[in-house]
Amino acid sequence: MEHTVRRADRRRRIVSSATGAITALCALFAVAMLGLILGYIVWRGVGSLSFQFLIAEPQPVGEGGGIGNAIVGSFTMLMLAAAIGLPLGISIGIYLAELGGGHFASAVRFITDTLTGVPSIVVGVFVYTIIVLPMQRFSALAGGVALALVMIPIVARTTEEMIRLVPTSMREGALALGAPQWRVTLGVVLPAAASGIATGAMLAVARVSGETAPLLFTALGSRFFNFYELDQPMASLTVQIYNYAISPYDEQHAQAWAATLVLMTLILAINIAVRFLTRRRF
Amino acid sequence: MVDSQANIPSPASAYGAAARAWNWRRALSPTGDRGDAVFRALLLMSALLLVLIVVAMIVAMWRNSLASINEFGFGFLTSLTWNPVRNQFGALPFIYGTIISSLIALLISVPLSLGIAVFLVEQAPRRAARPITFLVELLAAIPSVVYGLWGIFVLAPALREYVFPSLARTFGWLPLFQGTMTGLGMLTAGIILAIMITPIISAVVRDVLAAVPMSQREAALALGATKWETTRVVLANGAPGIAGAIILGLGRAIGETMAVTMLIGNRPEISASLFEPSYTIAAVLANEFREATGELYTSSLVQLGLILFLVTFLVNGLARLLVWSVTRGTSGTARAA
Amino acid sequence: MPAMSTSTPITAAPTPAVPEPRSNNERQTVQRVAPTKISVQNENFFYGRTQALYDISLNIPERIVMAFIGPSGCGKSTFLRTLNRMNDIIPGTRVEGQVLIDERNIYAPGTDVVDLRRRVGMVFQKSNPFPKSIYDNVAYGLRINRLAANRSELNERVEQALKDAVLWSEVKDRLKQSALGLSGGQQQRLCIARALAVRPEVLLMDEPASALDPIATQKIEELIVELKKQYTIVIVTHNMQQAARVSDQTAFFWLGKLIEINPTERMFTNPNEKLTEDYITGRFG
Repeated sequence: MEHTVRRADRRRRIVSSATGAITALCALFAVAMLGLILGYIVWRGVGSLSFQFLIAEPQPVGEGGGIGNAIVGSFTMLMLAAAIGLPLGISIGIYLAELGGGHFASAVRFITDTLTGVPSIVVGVFVYTIIVLPMQRFSALAGGVALALVMIPIVARTTEEMIRLVPTSMREGALALGAPQWRVTLGVVLPAAASGIATGAMLAVARVSGETAPLLFTALGSRFFNFYELDQPMASLTVQIYNYAISPYDEQHAQAWAATLVLMTLILAINIAVRFLTRRRF
Repeated sequence: MVDSQANIPSPASAYGAAARAWNWRRALSPTGDRGDAVFRALLLMSALLLVLIVVAMIVAMWRNSLASINEFGFGFLTSLTWNPVRNQFGALPFIYGTIISSLIALLISVPLSLGIAVFLVEQAPRRAARPITFLVELLAAIPSVVYGLWGIFVLAPALREYVFPSLARTFGWLPLFQGTMTGLGMLTAGIILAIMITPIISAVVRDVLAAVPMSQREAALALGATKWETTRVVLANGAPGIAGAIILGLGRAIGETMAVTMLIGNRPEISASLFEPSYTIAAVLANEFREATGELYTSSLVQLGLILFLVTFLVNGLARLLVWSVTRGTSGTARAA
Repeated sequence: MPAMSTSTPITAAPTPAVPEPRSNNERQTVQRVAPTKISVQNENFFYGRTQALYDISLNIPERIVMAFIGPSGCGKSTFLRTLNRMNDIIPGTRVEGQVLIDERNIYAPGTDVVDLRRRVGMVFQKSNPFPKSIYDNVAYGLRINRLAANRSELNERVEQALKDAVLWSEVKDRLKQSALGLSGGQQQRLCIARALAVRPEVLLMDEPASALDPIATQKIEELIVELKKQYTIVIVTHNMQQAARVSDQTAFFWLGKLIEINPTERMFTNPNEKLTEDYITGRFG
């Protein structure tokens, strides 16, 4: 038996340790980046945050103002998007999971996957041509539809994956009792997958809540509260952040950070909640 | 489409409706159950609707860009001039800016993402891998506009003050690293894109590596391979999937809008310097679409949108096929075998 | 092989590592006790909190074929994998006791696991060729361990390994083609060739023929008998006829315990333990 390690072998081991350390550094870098970004948002955002800021309308520079209308607008359009996007996305997901054997289903799956990678600004252009142009005005409706289109493929794929986690035995058990497929799917499979589908839907909402590009020329943005007039332009947190970020005024920059803190709190809360919900289940 | 019509009960002709219903029900439901047939028809319709949306996107954008297509033809893609005042519209500066900023992003992100994925799958103990995976994925949850904001106020000044000057000192003999450093430009946009696509590429590579059978690692280890040599075997196994992950990242970089718009400087010119401002397709849409006046201007912008759609659709489709070729039929549990 | 059967029966009792005379001269002449290659002393093995192996002690002499038999889940594969520390890669596993190879404890701190695995080769239940050419598969271990000084030496050793694995005549005209194009039996022999190429001292085989048809199995078995001249071979099998055909000694595992270890002939004709007899005669498992 050789007791001495050959020189070439020592080099191999050094290379192995070194590359291992480099990969750890890569991971550390990514985590550090996250900390850097989130930390800076908190640091800059907390200063300008106040109750008044959360409920007020924007005011001219120098007079304070807030993001109340943007919060309401984001909320309204997210609800609208969820109302359109979730049922459609979930039913496409059910289709893919339960009837998804054939060529057409494969094509639908492929299109769904591919759509998740299509830039959301393109969705904005599309909605502009089919809603804004005919209506001759920017509207919350157009914004909501654009967000729904971004949401649908995401929801469809997570729904499919969640349904596929339901054991076949459960399905077969119900079918063997003579239940028609729709009863099995709606009464047995969907309830079993419900919490998974719900978390998927939450993640989709979180993802869409950060979208800016599809709103720029659909909902446009607004300086005023708009609670229900869906045929009128509507403000949103993200568009407001964008407008403030590229403005030349320090005060608006500060407001952009505060609004970002609000938005990130919402998004992180959903992501962390989903993580803990899913961890308990699986 | 016949199905959707039959789906609506018509009281007018009971016999005719029943006759028609018989056909579609048999076609849709192997059990012949009426509820099943309706159920399947509804699901099928929702899937058809998705396909229709994609077709509608192409048709709507095509029709709305006809003015520009008729006016400029293929010259649209090769013309350098973008001058709305004179109604001259050429896409080349945007195409150039999109390609170069995406390539910069890949150049930085690919090694980084591979490192992260290898660390998480091959190196880290499971207890550490889970939280780190979550944190890296959180990077993907940060909205583009937030990256843009952070980029304007943190990244760009930092690059301008510290990184660019030293780059210019070291590599200043290259035209790439000459010119004025405002902090907003091609390189800054490329760097923020790199940070943004890293969680996407690393997540897919992670799945791909996890799908490589444990037996491949065992084979290498049993021959006296070191950890790194084993990792190389695993990487070779997952090569098509890794290529897919990279192309997926490319697709994201091409279409990324807000952060790039806020950081690239938005000047429709082609410059050799990476410090100088540039422009991308997505950014010009974000900036100019809502203020575009005149049919030709709007039409040119819609055509840019159509190009962006088709390119990202193709790129993503290719990426998906490659990733599927590796991960299909396997799951995370394959590792434990 | 006949020389082996005259050796004294080896019991399952804990055996202290007796320094054996080791010289090639002696080995080739008549010998009464073969030198011990592997000596395991009081090994316990745990998956997390579950104990999978209980107080295993046995000796494996040099240049014999040792077969491990027992019902599935009895721990024979787990035990095999502790002999080249392959279980290290499964998170949450733990080994107690000692495994001595050439009188050195491979679980001692500071042991070079990479070098250990080069010296203790392994062939797996399911053939696992790399998605590379036939040539590159066999050359892999030689390349990473830098065991060939130049191109021609590499060619020679690849050829020799393929000949040792009785695969050369079947693949010599298509060395550059993908290994995945070979049949199941050929793939497994390729994996054996790959393991042989680095000239290990011990070859561990984990049910190497379980996924193969009878003809391929027969080839693998002939190969094992041939390889014994140069290597110490430890084979796990669920097939008792196979153990009887190829091995010199057989160890019977049951529920994580080593029940009996004896020369194969004795084991299959007159085992010490009732449990062994029951298993061999097919009364359970």
